[in-house]
Amino acid sequence: MDLDESAEEQVFRAQARQWLRAHVPAEPPASLETEEGFAEHRAWEARLYADRWSVVSWPKEYGGRGVDLVKWLIFEEEYYAAGAPGRVSQNGISLLAPTLFDHGSREQQARILPPTASGEVIWAQAWSEPEAGSDLASLTSRAVRTDGGWLLSGQKTWSSRAAFADRAFGLFRSEPGTPKPHHGLTYVMFDLHAPGVTVRPIARLDGKPAFAELFLDDVFVPDEDVIGEPGEGWRIAMSTTGNERGLTLRSPGRFLAAADRLVRRWRATAGPSDTALRDRVADAVLGARAYHLFTCANASRFAAGESIGAESSLNKVFWSEYDIALHETALDLLGPEGEVSDGDWQEGYVFSLAGPIYAGTNEIQRDIIAERLLGLPKGRLPQDPGLTRAGRIPG
Amino acid sequence: MRFLLDAEQAEFGRTLDRMLAAAGTPGVVRAWAAGDHGPGRALWSRIAEAGVFALAVPEAYDGVGPLPVELAVAYVELGRHAVPGPVVETAAAATLLGELPSVAKEWLPRIASGEAVVSLRLDEADAFCGPYALDADAADAVITVSGDELRLAPGHGPLQASADPARRLFRPLDGGELLASGPAVREAAAQAADRAAFLTAAQSLGVGLELLHRTVEYTKQRMQFGTPIGSFQAVKHRLADTLLALEFARPLLFGAALSTAPADIAAAKVTAGEAAYTAARTALQLHGAIGYTEELDLSLWLRKARPLRDAWGTPGACRARVLDAQVPGLQHAP
Repeated sequence: MDLDESAEEQVFRAQARQWLRAHVPAEPPASLETEEGFAEHRAWEARLYADRWSVVSWPKEYGGRGVDLVKWLIFEEEYYAAGAPGRVSQNGISLLAPTLFDHGSREQQARILPPTASGEVIWAQAWSEPEAGSDLASLTSRAVRTDGGWLLSGQKTWSSRAAFADRAFGLFRSEPGTPKPHHGLTYVMFDLHAPGVTVRPIARLDGKPAFAELFLDDVFVPDEDVIGEPGEGWRIAMSTTGNERGLTLRSPGRFLAAADRLVRRWRATAGPSDTALRDRVADAVLGARAYHLFTCANASRFAAGESIGAESSLNKVFWSEYDIALHETALDLLGPEGEVSDGDWQEGYVFSLAGPIYAGTNEIQRDIIAERLLGLPKGRLPQDPGLTRAGRIPG
Repeated sequence: MRFLLDAEQAEFGRTLDRMLAAAGTPGVVRAWAAGDHGPGRALWSRIAEAGVFALAVPEAYDGVGPLPVELAVAYVELGRHAVPGPVVETAAAATLLGELPSVAKEWLPRIASGEAVVSLRLDEADAFCGPYALDADAADAVITVSGDELRLAPGHGPLQASADPARRLFRPLDGGELLASGPAVREAAAQAADRAAFLTAAQSLGVGLELLHRTVEYTKQRMQFGTPIGSFQAVKHRLADTLLALEFARPLLFGAALSTAPADIAAAKVTAGEAAYTAARTALQLHGAIGYTEELDLSLWLRKARPLRDAWGTPGACRARVLDAQVPGLQHAP
């Protein structure tokens, strides 16, 4: 057991640090949830890609460096320690790409991965629907067979980044009336500017259009933009939640850097005699270190050929709750200035509030932890076949 | 980087687990709490035969250590089985005496073999050390440190009841034979305090894991409203949060085993201690009234969680140490 960095890893760290020092903009770009900021962040993605720093763990042929998870962790530490901008391309890189690597065709990989890595194509998610949130499998948006492809109809919502993004990926019902709701779904990629697509941005809590509703009216999608077999979408979408996706959605480097900034602010503004605040700042440091080491253990398990499965739910609950606590502490350190809404901590706070909701609510994650890791009995659906949903919720 | 136990380390933990499970520790704990040390000393010998105390003793004194990763594995198991006695204090005494050659050769081989049970009271001025010598009445030696003087206590005061009756607290009497003195004593005592905090963290993690395990099993079997209470979301989510707390304490423990840095040990101590206490609260609540009884063996772990959280470094002292060591911009430099 060791946490040692090899000589090669140290060289990699030094290279990343050197590049970031030379290229990270001195002035942070505008919020990526604004049109101006989105464009600035897209330009930054192109800059990263040009020197092969946007997707270090991808194969070289798609613009990466083909490095392992350990080096990815090192890069992320350096990235956030350097104060580099948030990643506007994260949906494509962390959510779509792992699915394409596992289930996409060679043609799809070659066509889609490089522009995803360069920021030329920014992806939005199209999972939730007005009546399908945590119960995602009950979704009703349709994919109907047509000549050479599919016609999409229906409504998607809470589609992150969709206000300014280029394309979207999600699940559509291609076989209506299957006995189980998660059967007969198809994983589709589509153009947000295609005929029949209407994007209506939704203002999040601070007014910025961080997500959108999508209205789809017979939107044509060619067969080449279906991932895997039609009807297998649920299995395909879920298969990547437990592998790298569970590990790479939020990197430890991001929280190590945030905890570091918090300690600096605490030293500058609060006295050590305020032990209540001191303990919360210490918890931010402890949490970042715990999350970092937890991720190191998982990376080691991958390297040893294991997979993590339902344990990715532990990961998700931890970082999302941690992120809010960290930002709450930061706002408390700011005192009356915490109310002023245009600072980094305040924007980070608003962003953090969504963490326990998206990517599977923390209630769903806790159900997964309890049922799959602790082996507790399933309890979401009525146990007694005679007890219907209508019976449980009178009226 | 390979932040995983190797096959041998994992097997060592499983072997200890099997041995302790077969030993029927609840009966041993209850006897120990009543002042009957016989079964506890017998168990102590078996733990020593399994090589646990030798892990804290250098080879020069008939040990195989110090091996912090293996020690963490072992003390998690000791916690999981609620093993009574000054297990932490004896290993920390090995760290202390090992730094002082004049006394090491007398005591360390006996600690490694399990022949010597040692209790310890380090300098009370240290925020990580308390005034009591745990289980002094069962110990072959009670070592005290005050300033830079290390002594063999001449005896101890009356039993002071602990919230955990299996933790028997005594104040060592002042004076006694001076075994060593000078700045080296102070330095060795600091290392011993760190070792004690580290091993208490491991013990806490084991206590928490067992509390969670017993509670999960109980909620799978306990029927109310015609269904196991473990199928209710309010119950599940509390158990999920408890697992979360324990599983994020584990990497801090092994991170501290690798670095042995005082701040990393403090991080492990506070996180494992709080996680075990969370597990105790969960266990008590989800067992309901039966969990509030002394008779149920669960009490042996329930009552241990909070004293361990506060022994050898309170949460406040640990958090202060974590922050004191945090140099912004350097914490994850290579």
